[in-house]
Amino acid sequence: MNLKERIIEGLLFLCAAVCVLTTVGIIAVLLFQTIEFFSEVPFSDFITDTQWTPLFADKHFGILPLLTGTLLTTLVALIIAIPLGLSIAIYLSEYASKQLRGYIKPMLEILASVPTVVYGFFALTVVTPLLQHIIPGLAGFNAISPGIVMGIMIVPFVSSLSEDAMYAVPNSMREASFALGASKFQTALKVIVPAASSGIMVSVILGFSRAVGETMIVALAAGQQPRLTLDPRVPIETITNYIVQVSMGDVPRASLEYKTIFAAGLTLFVITFVLNNISYFIRKKYRAQYE
Amino acid sequence: MNNERAKTLKDNIFKGWAIFATSVGMIMLAVLLIKIGMDGLHRISLDFFTALPSRKFEKAGILTAWAGTLWIMVTTALFAIPIGVGAGLYLEEYAKKSRWSSMLEINISNLAGVPSIIYGLLGLEVFVRFLHLGESILSGSLTLALLIMPIVIVSTREAIKTVPNTLREASYALGASKWQTVWMQVLPASAGGIMTGIILALSRAIGETAPLIVVGALTYVPFVPKSVFSSFTVLPIQIYNWASRPEAGFAVNAAAAIIVLMSITFLMNGSAVYLRNRWQKNVRW
Amino acid sequence: MIAEMKKPEEQEVSLGKKEGEEKFSEISSEMPKLLNHKEEKSMNKVQAKNVHCWYGDFHVLRDINMEIKQNTVTALIGPSGCGKSTFLRTFNRMNDLIEGFKLEGEVLIDNKDIFAKDVRVNELRKKVGMVFQKPNPFPKTIFENVAYGLRVNGVTHKKFIEETVERSLRQAALWDEVKDKLNKNALSLSGGQQQRLCIARAIAVEPSVVLMDEPASALDPISSAKIEDLIWELKPKYTILIVTHNMQQAARVSDKTAFFYLGDLVEYDDTKTIFTNPKKEQTQNYITGRFG
Ligand SMILES: Nc1ncnc2c1ncn2[C@@H]1O[C@H](COP(=O)(O)OP(=O)(O)O)[C@@H](O)[C@H]1O
Ligand SMILES: [Mg+2]
Repeated sequence: MNLKERIIEGLLFLCAAVCVLTTVGIIAVLLFQTIEFFSEVPFSDFITDTQWTPLFADKHFGILPLLTGTLLTTLVALIIAIPLGLSIAIYLSEYASKQLRGYIKPMLEILASVPTVVYGFFALTVVTPLLQHIIPGLAGFNAISPGIVMGIMIVPFVSSLSEDAMYAVPNSMREASFALGASKFQTALKVIVPAASSGIMVSVILGFSRAVGETMIVALAAGQQPRLTLDPRVPIETITNYIVQVSMGDVPRASLEYKTIFAAGLTLFVITFVLNNISYFIRKKYRAQYE
Repeated sequence: MNNERAKTLKDNIFKGWAIFATSVGMIMLAVLLIKIGMDGLHRISLDFFTALPSRKFEKAGILTAWAGTLWIMVTTALFAIPIGVGAGLYLEEYAKKSRWSSMLEINISNLAGVPSIIYGLLGLEVFVRFLHLGESILSGSLTLALLIMPIVIVSTREAIKTVPNTLREASYALGASKWQTVWMQVLPASAGGIMTGIILALSRAIGETAPLIVVGALTYVPFVPKSVFSSFTVLPIQIYNWASRPEAGFAVNAAAAIIVLMSITFLMNGSAVYLRNRWQKNVRW
Repeated sequence: MIAEMKKPEEQEVSLGKKEGEEKFSEISSEMPKLLNHKEEKSMNKVQAKNVHCWYGDFHVLRDINMEIKQNTVTALIGPSGCGKSTFLRTFNRMNDLIEGFKLEGEVLIDNKDIFAKDVRVNELRKKVGMVFQKPNPFPKTIFENVAYGLRVNGVTHKKFIEETVERSLRQAALWDEVKDKLNKNALSLSGGQQQRLCIARAIAVEPSVVLMDEPASALDPISSAKIEDLIWELKPKYTILIVTHNMQQAARVSDKTAFFYLGDLVEYDDTKTIFTNPKKEQTQNYITGRFG
């Protein structure tokens, strides 16, 4: 009997250990291939070269163009997602009735459940042609269109976490503010948002991290031209997009090209890892604050 | 007073703006649905489900794609459910509050934030190359199982947390062992919540494209998979492939396939929400 | 410390002293009105006429009538759940924020119906300050807490704000304790200090009526005594309504006392009368602690 119990506990422990192994595996795989990559390409080239052309005859291995491409689409996404997400959060937490909240929240959840390849198709076939009417000189592939769609996709991430934080602000804060003659909007802006700022920060960071790692929308609508630019109207390539591009082709294992996707992958991983950990620690601290 | 009027005005302007902000997403979703409906609905027929992929868009169908999706789904579930629920049980019922358990917690929260394409790189090196599973359904589903594991674990833990301690104590008081208590009391009492999490996780897996592309799912598969070692494609990859072609006919196919894919995800999400509501109503403690 | 030690034996005395003070303050601030002093009615700062309140179907207040004179302290007492807070919160229309709340009857401040269509509720709340049961400073600096009411009401003049903050903190007897740390977070203050900060915050917008809902109930006895002293100090400038559970406190600080029971205003009279010679048996029972 006792033995059976212990075997079961051991098995369950192994299940939990799978998570640790996954993390270890990710880091090991990325590091291993990246170290091999750097045995052939100097690190200084990787971070200073302004071109990324591993698949061409004239090879350059500068990550900067992929990085700017990633940051550009992410920036567009955040410019859309932060104001929309925060406004929705304020509205739901401070203005909407319980009933309305009950309707709107699941509707927003739907946005987050649509497969991203569908959003990519939408960006490519609807948003880009539409924007081309408005923005002169907008290329068929660009950073704006996937950025906007990505932004709307991450609105629910931003709004739901920040709304939770705002909703958790004690009602006595609101009453104190109203009692001094403040309007709802003033109360929201001057009392609720500052009081919920750590939660809001977490939501923005997670939205950021989400946008950086997003793949299919940019793969379909941003183009495949690594280019060091901050012009959102021209085709670019993101880190994720590059990995997809290489995976779609037939790149032999152990070739340098193959290793590039791990070096690019590690770069992406480091960015999201840092972001996620910042948000994790803010969340921990802020939880402690309310208790 | 002027100041008062300005305050009220600002309040109303914000209200209008917020309602607009809330509807932006809805409007986009509506436009999206209309767009794919208009483009793709007429393309959907029995043939579309039973035809193999083809270089001619009028003839192409999604047989291998949905078959691949089905295979991937089932095998992913087989891996993800027992391991994910097991890990959740371990963390809630067995692990003591210690450095190790808080490390596990940070670890899971981190995994949930790793971009899906990184899981693809992991699967490519570990399953495809190192374990020599090849570019197979097995490699693909193991990769997706790891990807959705954090979702399953977190929802399992949330569900278990709602089980009151009195239930465990009652079970122990009758002489039940720890595992008997977990298996016969805790799990059934939290089954609704766990199921909801599993369905949501699987519906996420169905829509995943990037990690499967990286582990080597093909875009052109002229046969239905026969075993977990077959090479494969899935619906989202088929959509990606069609959508990235310049010919308008393929865009129509993509729209039609999107209708199928979105019907599946909405159905799954809908049932998860239904289950969640029903379960929450039944919880009486 | 000193305030606390004085308390027990001075109760009787303070009642007497209050009487005198009441007259003094009335005379000083109501001089013009007293000159043609037949107009009793215009002296009523706050009035409730046939007020009924509901939360949904629940009839919380039944037919309340009350007249409150300027620069007096009125204590609202009664067992918990009898509707004291609800009544207090009608005067700054705080209940408007609660879904399902309904009010009938008239509430007048300065002879003006505060529920009239043309009344802007934010304007009203500027005139009617409120201090809550639990100290609820904003998670901002001490200075910004006091300045908040001015800022949201459109005041931008820096010098004026600084002066008002200092004056309000002085009035709230907090200035000496915080003058060196105005830029510290208000949450770093002790509970008693926080409550005095909330009082400073309420009076910074120069209200004429101040509502206090059990302002000292969450505080230790010393802080509580300081709040009581403060109420005394504020009386010449403000009309104060205070909800309290503490009978001694009601007796010490108020001129008039209203006893509520299950949504009815049972008795409303001079504090001295209520505590020494109540007309209703229910009141008698309550103040002698036979229930509640
Ligand atoms: N927001 C509300 N919704 C419904 N009922 C309420 C609400 N607030 C108070 N009540 C009820 O109204 C009655 C009076 O409450 P309150 O005015 O707070 O009493 P008091 O301050 O005298 O303790 C109580 O029975 C209370 O349960
Ligand atoms: Mg009360």
